[in-house]
Amino acid sequence: MSDPALLKHTPLESAHVACGARMVEFGGWYMPVQYSGIMEEHRAVRSASGMFDISHMGEVIVSGPGALAWLESLLTNRVGKLAVTRGQYTLMLDERGGVIDDLIIYRTGELSYFLVINGACRDLDLEWMHGHLPSDGSVVLQDQGNDYAAIALQGPDAEKALRALYPACDIPKRNGIAPLIPSHVASDGIVPSLVARTGYTGEDGFELFVPVAHGIALWESLLAAGVKPCGLGSRDTLRLEMGYPLNGSDLSRDRTPLEAGLDRFVGLDDPEKVDFYGRKALEQQRSEGLPSRLTPLKLSVQGPPLRSHYPVLADGVAVGETCSGALSPSLGEGIAMAYLPEVCRIPGTQLEIEVRGRRYAASIATLPFYKKPSL
Amino acid sequence: MNVPADLRYAKTHEWIRQENDIIIVGITDHAQAELTDIVYAEPPKVGAEVRAGATAAVVESVKAASDIYSPLSGTVTDVNDALTSNPALLNTDPFGQGWIFKMKASNPAEIDALLAPEAYTAQIGQ
Repeated sequence: MSDPALLKHTPLESAHVACGARMVEFGGWYMPVQYSGIMEEHRAVRSASGMFDISHMGEVIVSGPGALAWLESLLTNRVGKLAVTRGQYTLMLDERGGVIDDLIIYRTGELSYFLVINGACRDLDLEWMHGHLPSDGSVVLQDQGNDYAAIALQGPDAEKALRALYPACDIPKRNGIAPLIPSHVASDGIVPSLVARTGYTGEDGFELFVPVAHGIALWESLLAAGVKPCGLGSRDTLRLEMGYPLNGSDLSRDRTPLEAGLDRFVGLDDPEKVDFYGRKALEQQRSEGLPSRLTPLKLSVQGPPLRSHYPVLADGVAVGETCSGALSPSLGEGIAMAYLPEVCRIPGTQLEIEVRGRRYAASIATLPFYKKPSL
Repeated sequence: MNVPADLRYAKTHEWIRQENDIIIVGITDHAQAELTDIVYAEPPKVGAEVRAGATAAVVESVKAASDIYSPLSGTVTDVNDALTSNPALLNTDPFGQGWIFKMKASNPAEIDALLAPEAYTAQIGQ
């Protein structure tokens, strides 16, 4: 493992250690990968509630009279669709249509927006944003990544836990954001505590943003409310069961959101969406046809857990490799994502995934891999 | 952490038990705790030749795949098929039902290079 001294540290680290976390390097951060066990944590989120430290993620506030127009040029989804208090998933592309980052943007005021970006690419994202900021001062960019501690509270019992802790809080609807009305968690000056009804698990849940100094108190009050601490390990299996992409594994500068199957978050067909970085490249790619598509795969046989960088074969010929993979804790099956050329979708094509020299039969699955049992 | 007194240990966290001329191989309690939830085991094939210190099996947790090294050189005589359907035996009973394979050692002198329980206990810092 990398030397922890060289890594970035979350404000909740002492709480993780107190909870018995196993700490690992992740995207330059020293983060908990698990506490009691990945399987157990995964199940807690699917059946009750769990919490994840997401303080490594970056918070950026964009405001000013030029904010909307600038954000429209920076992001793929149409920001203008957002009413105040609403959020959306979106992507930031380079001119070639490659993904710099995927993020959630919330509109927190008439002229202000709250962006939550990936921990591993905070510096790159901010560099890109600053490099494309209009010079007329009409847009103000504030990096508040080091001002916030953030916790994702996820699972069917998440709302109950939140209501118990914040009875006065006006709990947002799905994809919405609201002030986290403090009982003991205050807002510090320009760092307002916020609660968004978003997540990365496929379950109902919230992402709570509080001033750094209040992070541990929030973690401990959730712990006392019976919410299970969960690490990056279960965060990864939960998101993969839903087919949610992970930047750096499933998304990169070498792939476009069209190849990643994220068309519905790209405003190409929205007449009100203006030009944005990468748009021309996407239009060209669409007219020429996609070289590959991010494809969900499932092992058809019993086999080892799938992981990234395993070769994928079609009729015995290597056609790609997995970019994410896991043994799905909910399904007990090997699941993976891979960028594959269109020929792999021709019915009758024999797909295989190779693990340590052995080939295992696989088939194309539909997303999400895991569907919540209907009541 | 349990370190049974009647076994010998490899620095790479495997144990051996001698039963007449058969050697039983598994991973230690310390190893299973470090690996966490084991969800898959790939033992060697019966009849396979294994070398001391070379990969003989693979076990996988949700998070990672880990090589298991044969403590001795020799021939695999039996493998624990129960691990295929129940790999968690490696976590719950690493010195018993979670054994991985049995072998005949081709160079029994290699046993002397393995650690006694006290030395292994010291290695894992107990």
